[in-house]
Amino acid sequence: MASAHARIPRHSSARAMLRATGLFGLAFVIFAAVLLAAGKDPIRAYRDILSSTLVDRYGFSEVLVKMIPLMLTALAVAIPSRIWLINIGGEGQLYMGALFATWAATYFAALPAWELLPLVAALGFLGGGLWAAISGVMRAYGWVSETISTLLLNYVAILIVSFFVFGPWKDPESANYPQTAEFVAAARLPTFFGTRVHLGLLIALVAFIVYHVVLTRTRWGLEIRAMGGNMEAARRSGIAIGRYVLVLMFIGGGLAGLAGVGEVSAIQGRLRPSLSPGYGYTGFLISWIAGGNPYGIVASALLMAVITAGGDVLQMAHRLPGSVVNILMALMLFVVLARRRVP
Amino acid sequence: MHNVEPLVALRGITKSFPGILANDRVDFDVYPGEIHALLGENGAGKSTLVKVLYGIHQADTGTIQFGDRAVQIRSPHDARRLGIGMVFQQFTLIPALSVVENVALFLPHLPAVLDHGVIARRIEEVSGRYGLAVDPWAPAWRLSVGEQQKVEILKLLLARSRVLILDEPTRVLVPHEIDGLFRVLAGLREHGYAVVFITHKLPEVLTCADRITVMRGGTVAGTLVRAEATERGLVGLMFGTAWPEEGSSRREPIRESARPLLELREVDTSGDGVSLRQITLTIAPGEIVGVAGVSGNGQRELGDVILGLTQTARGKKIIHGQDATRWSVDRIRRSGVAFVPEDPLRMLIVPPLSVLENMALADTRKYARHVGLTVDWIAVRRDLEQSTRRLALEMLPPAVPAGTLSGGNVQRLSLVRELSIDPRLIVALYPTRGLDVRGATAARHLLLAMRNRGAGELLISEDLGELFSMSDRLIVLYRGRIVGEARPKDTTVYEIGRLMTGGVAGG
Repeated sequence: MASAHARIPRHSSARAMLRATGLFGLAFVIFAAVLLAAGKDPIRAYRDILSSTLVDRYGFSEVLVKMIPLMLTALAVAIPSRIWLINIGGEGQLYMGALFATWAATYFAALPAWELLPLVAALGFLGGGLWAAISGVMRAYGWVSETISTLLLNYVAILIVSFFVFGPWKDPESANYPQTAEFVAAARLPTFFGTRVHLGLLIALVAFIVYHVVLTRTRWGLEIRAMGGNMEAARRSGIAIGRYVLVLMFIGGGLAGLAGVGEVSAIQGRLRPSLSPGYGYTGFLISWIAGGNPYGIVASALLMAVITAGGDVLQMAHRLPGSVVNILMALMLFVVLARRRVP
Repeated sequence: MHNVEPLVALRGITKSFPGILANDRVDFDVYPGEIHALLGENGAGKSTLVKVLYGIHQADTGTIQFGDRAVQIRSPHDARRLGIGMVFQQFTLIPALSVVENVALFLPHLPAVLDHGVIARRIEEVSGRYGLAVDPWAPAWRLSVGEQQKVEILKLLLARSRVLILDEPTRVLVPHEIDGLFRVLAGLREHGYAVVFITHKLPEVLTCADRITVMRGGTVAGTLVRAEATERGLVGLMFGTAWPEEGSSRREPIRESARPLLELREVDTSGDGVSLRQITLTIAPGEIVGVAGVSGNGQRELGDVILGLTQTARGKKIIHGQDATRWSVDRIRRSGVAFVPEDPLRMLIVPPLSVLENMALADTRKYARHVGLTVDWIAVRRDLEQSTRRLALEMLPPAVPAGTLSGGNVQRLSLVRELSIDPRLIVALYPTRGLDVRGATAARHLLLAMRNRGAGELLISEDLGELFSMSDRLIVLYRGRIVGEARPKDTTVYEIGRLMTGGVAGG
């Protein structure tokens, strides 16, 4: 009999899907207007994007390649967000994961692949996890908001990576390019079907399943949902909130770190300062679009991967600047924000 | 008085929710210049009916007549345009804004440039007329609960509402504030306002209402004018043939020699809200210590210190003979301390989780299987059923999100959950607030039964009758200090009341 008047109505998932489709359609229509204003034919542009990504075999494999870091960095945002932590540090965590992985790949290069690869992955996870845990500690003790500290630590992480690749780890044989020596073959993640799609895809999908099962089935999932649903009640029920802040930040950061592992170990084969075209930030966008929902994250990651790949198409075939797709991504964010009620 | 036409007439209102027929062909009239009490148990359909009137719900069938025309009320906006206003149990003031700004936000036709002075003068004028004095320039967060309620009523008056709906307005008020509210309502009646007043407290109805509609199970059990109403008759209408039991006050002697369950020694706290000062308190097994006090004098802080949510600034806390001054909330709860909070929807219940999941949160470690990879839902359900039976309550639907339960059922869930762990020490803040007569009686019975089985209890309540009938010992909190202590048989309500308001003992 308490006031039920302020409750947000629950939509059925079918209706929610329909609504999301409509909103994204709106974003595409607005972007079409932008293309028109630039003197391009939007229908042809969209058709070219589609035919070179989803329809084309190689193009689709490249979409999958882009989806891997996007899904992992989106999970890095989604997991802490279950208890209202805002992790904008996916980019930095990705870089630190790559840094730790590179260290493992370089210093244990003599190990066989079945020992070295797990080590590289574990250290990558640890690197991203510890980086995020710094923000977790500062938040748990109430010193600094994790929103601010994760964002600022992005810049620190990128500079640390730069320090190593310009300095001590620079490959002496690479003329003046700032990059490390190439990984030994045993430190390279396996790829499939002659494409660049690598083991990270499986890791990301497993991460999704684990995320879903932990959240819905386990004691810890119950406590996480309790904190998400009513922090005050959780605190009074004796749930150790500080510990969860730390652990969820660590796991989130670790997954972003794994995204970094995939980039250095499978795609680039060495550490470079231009490791990521902003996967961490796009992952944040994806997690927001999906509202943390696992299926939504996969779907949005696919959408964003297509859009990113579409940027190349627009650049090459339509002679537009590649960054024009950032407009489309921003439009996506706007329609998503418009979907939510202002609290 | 009824030769006037009704201001609003609801006819044949039927409203169902999935699985529940909340209102079944309800007729309800509101006349100008009357205070109309809407009485009934939790879940009788009172809130649904007024929410139909205020446009939050739309009736499935039935009509609403406003004056001489039929109207459709599709939203609170429609209702307000007709001059129907509502004060909710949870107030809607914005803490950071002043009273003037809060009122202005609610006014229709707000001009682009606000003249705060004009609004402040109107507030003072109206509040003077009806005894609703508040400082118009005070920020809302600084207002007491009673003052916030006054502002909520002022908002409606300044927005020219003629029908005022108050949803359990006395629930949050202390005795002298309730008297003040009734004087305000009487003044409004003199000026021709119609007041609809939801409650389940009989004495209040008999004090202030002109007409009383009793609801039971979604239908109107009867409408009486004040002169024909008696307490006995109203109870009969509310409960049908099933009479609620009288509160029991069977007592066993306290085992004086037993080691105390809880000792606070000269505890101070600092921080937000009221600071506790030199609290020294013991609770023995089989003892209920009642805490009297006007709310906001350190009751919540006292509970939080025992629960371990607030750290002590000075002093010692000893639980079961061990120094627990630095224990975590989890450790304290695991040692057998249950906590029935003042506002369960905010402090205990997780609204999106189901009743069963909320139940499991009482002790997730206990219900975890395979190190925590799974949860033993069968055990949770068994405990839920068992605890519900012990409280003599009806079983709550386990799969329903707790946030959709009615206020009374939320309080029930809170009791069922906290008392399921068979606690040795119970800290209960206002455990019967929001419960109807039957639920409150059951809750008191259970607390007494737990005490008779050897549990120690700290009972914080605003209801002096409840405190006197249940406590073995009473302490009085005033501004964070214990200003008096007595056995109920050695003191009087008058004496305790004086201590509560800062008077000196014995004078």
